Amino acid sequence: MIRDITIGQYYPAQSILHRLDPRVKLVGTLLYLISLFLFNSIPGYLVATIFLVSIIRMSKVPFSYIMKGMKPIIMLLMITVLFNLFLTRGGETLFHAWIFTITEEGLRTAVFMAIRLIYLIAGSSLMTFTTTPNALTDGIESLLHPLNKIHVPVHEVAMMMSIALRFIPILLEETDKIMKAQIARGADLESGNIIQRVKSMIPILVPLFVSAFRRANDLAMAMEARCYRGGEGRTKMKPLRYKSRDRMAYIVMAVYVVAVVVIGRYVPFHIWIF
Amino acid sequence: MSIKLEHVNYIYSPGTAYEKKALSDICLEIPHGEFVGIIGHTGSGKSTLTQHLNGLIRATSGTVFYNGENIYAEGYDMRKLRSQVGLVFQYPEHQLFEVDVLTDVCFGPKNQGLTPEECEKRATEALRLVGLKEKYWKSSPFELSGGQKRRAAIAGVLAMRPGVLVLDEPTAGLDPKGRDEILDQIAYLHRQSDMTVILVSHSMEDIAKYADRIIVMNKGRILYNDTPKQVFSHYQELEKIGLAAPQVTYIMHDIREAGFDVGVTATTVEEAADEIMEAVKKRRGSV
Amino acid sequence: MKHNMIQTEKLIFEYEKRDEEGNVIGTSRAIDEVDLGIEEGQFIAILGHNGSGKSTLAKHMNAILVPTGGTMWVDGRNTKDPQELWNVRQSAGMVFQNPDNQIIGTVVEEDVGFGPENLGVPTDEIWKRVEDSLKSVGMIEYRHHSPNKLSGGQKQRVAIAGVIAMEPKCIVLDEPTAMLDPDGRKEVLRTVRELRHRKHVTVILITHYMEEVIYADRIFVMDHGHIVMQGTPREIFSQVDTLKSYRLDVPQVTMLADELRKRGLAIPAGILKKEELVEALCRLN
Repeated sequence: MIRDITIGQYYPAQSILHRLDPRVKLVGTLLYLISLFLFNSIPGYLVATIFLVSIIRMSKVPFSYIMKGMKPIIMLLMITVLFNLFLTRGGETLFHAWIFTITEEGLRTAVFMAIRLIYLIAGSSLMTFTTTPNALTDGIESLLHPLNKIHVPVHEVAMMMSIALRFIPILLEETDKIMKAQIARGADLESGNIIQRVKSMIPILVPLFVSAFRRANDLAMAMEARCYRGGEGRTKMKPLRYKSRDRMAYIVMAVYVVAVVVIGRYVPFHIWIF
Repeated sequence: MSIKLEHVNYIYSPGTAYEKKALSDICLEIPHGEFVGIIGHTGSGKSTLTQHLNGLIRATSGTVFYNGENIYAEGYDMRKLRSQVGLVFQYPEHQLFEVDVLTDVCFGPKNQGLTPEECEKRATEALRLVGLKEKYWKSSPFELSGGQKRRAAIAGVLAMRPGVLVLDEPTAGLDPKGRDEILDQIAYLHRQSDMTVILVSHSMEDIAKYADRIIVMNKGRILYNDTPKQVFSHYQELEKIGLAAPQVTYIMHDIREAGFDVGVTATTVEEAADEIMEAVKKRRGSV
Repeated sequence: MKHNMIQTEKLIFEYEKRDEEGNVIGTSRAIDEVDLGIEEGQFIAILGHNGSGKSTLAKHMNAILVPTGGTMWVDGRNTKDPQELWNVRQSAGMVFQNPDNQIIGTVVEEDVGFGPENLGVPTDEIWKRVEDSLKSVGMIEYRHHSPNKLSGGQKQRVAIAGVIAMEPKCIVLDEPTAMLDPDGRKEVLRTVRELRHRKHVTVILITHYMEEVIYADRIFVMDHGHIVMQGTPREIFSQVDTLKSYRLDVPQVTMLADELRKRGLAIPAGILKKEELVEALCRLN
């Protein structure tokens, strides 16, 4: 079950989105995320939806795969929705019982917030699905390169991220194994109060940390053995060079942002009905 | 303390793109006190099978009986089953976590709800059984050598006094001497107590040396379930699925082809040597 | 004199032993005055049980460890010289035991490119090297795969490709098969043998599996930080009892031949293959 988490994983496929420069995808995702907060009307949502759906279609990542990635955030989503639903006041009261009141405004905010969150996750996970972690870190490294001037170790941070991403699935599998091994020794991970439960995690966490440190040590040695000595003097196998499709993508992004802002803010709702 | 599996099927991640049939229609009976070897490729389902024996994995369909009781029956005490069917995973030393070896070995008995005195009694008994010297009992498990860690981890399972001991490749990564020591210790345990031992291994040579019976797994099914001699007589079929009989089996076949009157069922070096000596004598006698 | 790929002179490596508070309470010698010479182009095997010092020795060849006494030269360069560090590491590539813990890239080809990137090789050349190395280990069709989805043997072949892409003169494999199943083991060894013929590199294989070393040109056996035996596979395998005393094993056919000889049959020592045993038996009468 622990292996079902798909967030942050790369989904191999041959699509235009997979081929785009990671910088375009990073900037694009950022713009898209910001754009979700620039409007608050149904036409705006329509534009955002059309954009998201067409991007997903273009990526060739199955829709169900993206939905699977949503599972871990369902709780978060529910909490946000409930808070908005009951705490936002305004407009007509739709429902009232004891201390719970649902107003028109509350319902509206709750629904929109939920949609925003889902779009936010879907959009950003689409970026990780279509970009290999290495490309992603290359992109971040390149975009943050100016920070090098103020002594931010950009290359090192990027390398750390890339390694973390590579080891997440390995450590998840390892956690699974250790859990099974301790259950086989009679460990009880499910019952008891919160303190007992935290205590029962020790037999899992200690071996996991030991293993993580051992792996880190091995990996550091392997990297050194292959002449890794930081970013200095390093060349790139896949240097980032903008191609015409990347320029196109920037234009598409710009058009989208303008469209969503103009339509979402200034186009009155009724035009869309007729 | 017999184990019986009836038509056990297991499917990984059913209903997803990763759906995979890991076990199909496994029927199997392991009587009390036997030494059984399970052999098969990586991915043949042998590890999945062993995890069914103590209820860590629940069969998609079919039934598992322990001592005649259906372990999937409502109200069946799974935790008790797990202390009865002790499962030693691959690289078991990766599960060690306590401050010292003795405390770590006590973890199993402690989970069984025994008193601290009883826990320690069982732990020391288990540590003696695996042959870990007393001077190491109070050291941190992380300071031990690879072979010693492995022993400590096996003791951690033995301390629950299981009736069945399942070992998933207990010798992986050990050197030849370390491998022989661990296997000899297990064989000794099997002779001393009336424990059932189920040994999962990649090494035909090891299984041939110790097991009364061999179960060959292939693609989630049981291909053979017989005595070592019988199983290795199918050496050509074994090769087709990427396994092999012990090297001596091939040697004996070659020797026979070269005109010696030797039996080809030898599975260990000693048996082979006996056969060859016999054949050589006969040949000399007849000349 | 022919130029030696690896040369050591009274090589010593000492670990510090510490008590519970972390104070040094003494030293322990993992390698004790080892003199060793490995010629260029040879296939060398170093055998020894766990803790015999063989891995420590291997790590010196790549300057991951530097001697605490004595000297080691790799391709004529002193590993203690900080100026030569990167040259040493480039000329002696290293493959480690755990397949998971040495793959850095999240895609096979990116991992193979990691070494050349570090060496500052131009991009076009990196691509050429990556392709060539993946072909030489037979993994080219997996170039776009994630290493996590590969089998242990395949991962090790990728790791080997990653080293070849750095164009080393010598490859040191530190127990590359210890964590693999029999199929994976065969796969890796086949790759190593083929590579040696194709690329003319010196191969140093560290292992405790005896079946893996019968094709070596020369074998060194280590115990307690010393080199206790050296010779051709046949010379080494003819001493079954000595090997056993160093916690090692011999292939079943060698063991059987030895057993028969002990029982009085006139069979020569150092039998490595089953054909040789059959032949020896046929010659008996």
